[in-house]
Amino acid sequence: MSNEYLFKRVKIKTKTGLEIEGTVLPRYALFSNEYLTIKLDNGYNIGIKKDNIVHIEEVERPPKREVVIYKLDEEAATKSSKTTKIILTGGTIASKIDYETGGVTPILTASELLEAIPELREITDIELESPMSIFSEEMTPHEWKRIAEIVAKELLSNPDRGLIIAHGTDTMGYTSAALSFALQNLPSPVALVGAQRSSDRPSSDSAFNLLAAALYATSNIGEVSVVMHGTISDTYALAHRGTRVRKMHTSRRDAFQSINSLPIAKILPYEKKIVLLRKDIKETKQEGFEAKTNFSDKVALIKFYPGMSGDVIDFLVDKGYRGIVIEGTGLGHVSLRLLNSIKRAVEQEAIVTMTSQCIFGTINMNVYSTGRKLLEAGVLPSADMLPETAFVKLSWLLGNYNDIDVVKKLYVTNLVGEIEYRRTISAFPRWYHGE
Amino acid sequence: MENENYYQKIGLKVGLEVHQQLDVERKLFCNCPVTPQGDNAILSSFERRLRPTRSELGEIDIAAYFEWKRGRKYIYQSSENTSCLVEADEEPPHPINIEAVRVGLAFAHSVGSTPVDELHVMRKIVIDGSNTTGFQRTALLSIGGSIELSNGKKIRISTICVEEDSSKKLGEEDNNVIYDLERLGVPLLEISTQPDINTPEEAVETALTIGLMLRLTGKAKRGIGSVRQDLNISVRGGTKVEVKGVQELELLPLVIENEARRQLKLLEIKELLLQRGLKKEDIALNFVDITDVLSKTDSKVVKKLLSKENAVGLAICVPKMRGLLGMEIQPGKRFGTELSDYAKFWGGVKGIIHSDELPGYGLSINDVRAIYEKLKCSEEDAFIVIIDEERKAREGLRAVVDRLKMAFDGVPPETRAAMPDGTTRFMRPLPGSARMYPETDIPPLVITSELLSSAKQLAPPTPKEAIQLLVSEYNLNEELAKELLFDENYALFMDIAKLLGKGSYLKTVAWMLVQLRKALKREGFQVENITKEQYVSLSQKIYEEKITKEGVEEVIKYLCNNPSLSVDEVMDKLGLKPLDMEAINAIIKKIIEENAKIVEEKGEKAFGIIMGKAMEILRGRAQGKIVSELVRRNINEYLSAKKG
Repeated sequence: MSNEYLFKRVKIKTKTGLEIEGTVLPRYALFSNEYLTIKLDNGYNIGIKKDNIVHIEEVERPPKREVVIYKLDEEAATKSSKTTKIILTGGTIASKIDYETGGVTPILTASELLEAIPELREITDIELESPMSIFSEEMTPHEWKRIAEIVAKELLSNPDRGLIIAHGTDTMGYTSAALSFALQNLPSPVALVGAQRSSDRPSSDSAFNLLAAALYATSNIGEVSVVMHGTISDTYALAHRGTRVRKMHTSRRDAFQSINSLPIAKILPYEKKIVLLRKDIKETKQEGFEAKTNFSDKVALIKFYPGMSGDVIDFLVDKGYRGIVIEGTGLGHVSLRLLNSIKRAVEQEAIVTMTSQCIFGTINMNVYSTGRKLLEAGVLPSADMLPETAFVKLSWLLGNYNDIDVVKKLYVTNLVGEIEYRRTISAFPRWYHGE
Repeated sequence: MENENYYQKIGLKVGLEVHQQLDVERKLFCNCPVTPQGDNAILSSFERRLRPTRSELGEIDIAAYFEWKRGRKYIYQSSENTSCLVEADEEPPHPINIEAVRVGLAFAHSVGSTPVDELHVMRKIVIDGSNTTGFQRTALLSIGGSIELSNGKKIRISTICVEEDSSKKLGEEDNNVIYDLERLGVPLLEISTQPDINTPEEAVETALTIGLMLRLTGKAKRGIGSVRQDLNISVRGGTKVEVKGVQELELLPLVIENEARRQLKLLEIKELLLQRGLKKEDIALNFVDITDVLSKTDSKVVKKLLSKENAVGLAICVPKMRGLLGMEIQPGKRFGTELSDYAKFWGGVKGIIHSDELPGYGLSINDVRAIYEKLKCSEEDAFIVIIDEERKAREGLRAVVDRLKMAFDGVPPETRAAMPDGTTRFMRPLPGSARMYPETDIPPLVITSELLSSAKQLAPPTPKEAIQLLVSEYNLNEELAKELLFDENYALFMDIAKLLGKGSYLKTVAWMLVQLRKALKREGFQVENITKEQYVSLSQKIYEEKITKEGVEEVIKYLCNNPSLSVDEVMDKLGLKPLDMEAINAIIKKIIEENAKIVEEKGEKAFGIIMGKAMEILRGRAQGKIVSELVRRNINEYLSAKKG
């Protein structure tokens, strides 16, 4: 019944006594099939059970109410001479609402985006490319490679153009780490940006984040960063070094934070200002741009849990995995029950590395005998690298270097700021403990 | 107040929207309490801006656009007792509070409104910052139904919705608006009627009836701000105008009267424009910069406005409109005020100066002449001046011209705000239905038969049914029942009846809670000082027949001035300990002896006089019924003794 009347205006009478007129709308995929969604003239949607309907007929649509569309006197925005390339990969950052269905559809053209965020023009002109539209959780090392190649090509042909990559937020931290390793000595800034509130709502953070990303992309910071809200207020955004950033909250605007580390910069979109926070920031360079865009998909990231058996590791090795990053406990431990499986993995030339599920702090495998035994078995300590970054780094190293000793050496060496050697007292959140 | 015929003549049509906060445990879309508990809360604050979104027609919320363009910031203050990440728009909404839905369905059942089969939560765009999301979540629960007024007239219900309340505005400074998140998300029922109301009295009765039935669900929140009314008002030839935010029911008739009059006046202006042979096209946007003329005047107001950076004085001449701008269309508000409201809204200017209010603002008759000359206006023309930055002044005058053109159509469709003085003020153009789209974070809720049957148990009686119940079950007469039902102490009465049980004593309790209280209030007693506990304690005395009606009155009067005392203490102080029969009898005997002559002369007819004298002494210490019995008996005894 629903298909027959879809998008048609109908008059309905029900057994329960409703007499209504409205437009039949499509149902979302997971909604029950037994109901029709009707949009009434007052704007409300309601659901009517199909077997409650005693009469339904198509009726003529009344003439559309004349809507006064106010033509706005757009002030001539000071148009920037810079151009930034925006690469849309998916996620809610660049999308708009379809009022008829309530669905969110992606923005596909630069003019649509500029219409939605006219102030963008004051910072930079934009070019849009939309090579893929996939959810964050569907990203794989294969997509990291594709994105890295698109960015590399862009940086080679237009080295003075910054890039913004719009990305779903769930795995944005992985992609930012991937690009940090794959693209080094950047001639222009590369920013990843996302939204925690979808763009169809007035309170969306997408415009704020995008403006901040545009400021970043037109700066001379030669690093891959994630640019997102700094706090839950619309005051400043933060640019986080691509290898140090982690999504720390399921829904807050300021979910992205630098772990064990200070962000690269504070960005104030309304003031159009960037405040640098670190001394070791790389500037953009005209020479030396390097793109190594391969990633191995034979790397796994596993979390140790009490009672875990070596089977998990055996399985991965038997399946041909070449790298296993373990999120161990505390300073970098797993149960010694796993020791034989780890030894076996190392013997079969898999690289086994250790990170900590504490997230904050560094690995130190010399403190307890378990740690020392794991080191002896060939486990590589990951210092204070984030588990996700360690996973991406190993995938990148195995994708681009054949010599396993080189891979091991590079793994424990800081390449692009993924490892730091000082951790200050302030680099840990202050939790609330009551008055 | 005008009479019924007047409203019939002008074709008044009013629709009412009642918004009632629900007294359920949790907010509509999160687990925060509706009524805050404890006070050791963490207070935090954050700031946001809201960005207008475009509808499918490319139409944007114009008011929102302006707020955003002005760089308006919203500062939210929140206490962790009453708000969480959901109110902060930092966490997706939880599924809708089923309790609130149940109350709504209960009300729907009582007014014969048909529930939908599946509830869809919608987002209604509201960008004044009162919702952190930029929209209000709302769902349509049922369609149709009606309520009946005392004269038998039916007022049809159009829809019943359940929605979230907005944040309370705490203040505004410069470009910042400050809101408190406590109220945000409190469940509201919105009951909308068809425009079946034809007089202000009917509007009041409709509001009272709906309010009463909501209260009778036992789930309506009480107190200031818990009920708000919006109105749709039109007169014949006029246009539907939405008036928002009437909090005081007493104000309702005045708001309707003023708005009806405003529409009539606007229609009168329309006629005058036609009579003067004017057409829309005659109103043109020809700015003239009159800064030079203005800067030569001695007006302090003008000087101050011109001293602002980049300020200019722009003026337009409006042909043949002299006298129209000064026409009063609401008490204390002229047609010029409407123009000014538009200029303020669209242009962000402080206001306008028009020729009908000049000389004034320190501008002399010569200054006015100079402006007329500069504009090349004739005597019968009017002019309008705005002094501000050029862009703002232009936008302001553009809005003034737009509004003047609308005057040829009579009443523009608008959303207006009710002011405390009963007038209305322009808020924004009437929004379209395009402001509504689905809340994709909340799946639809199926209205199951289980839900419906559990709702029926909460269904409130209609006022008629409730009165009948009070008469048959609670021993009240119909008049008192009716008065009690609409009274603020109705719930207290029911509590007392529950506590002490049903019985004829309740008549006295109802009289105390309603009629006595109102009477004493009229006399100037501070009856608000009486606590619930004191009323309960007095009811206990009434129940035990330890106090008379007269005694109750004395005690309440005394308590009004000494609210910290207990009922027992006051009764002691007033010597209201009831006397025993013997003591009463002795007093009556004494009175009869003192008035022996009258009793002998009048016989049994002396009863009234003796009774009066007895009550003077015994008031509050003995029940009238007992006194009258004893008086009668003693008179008879006295007379038969005399005879014998």
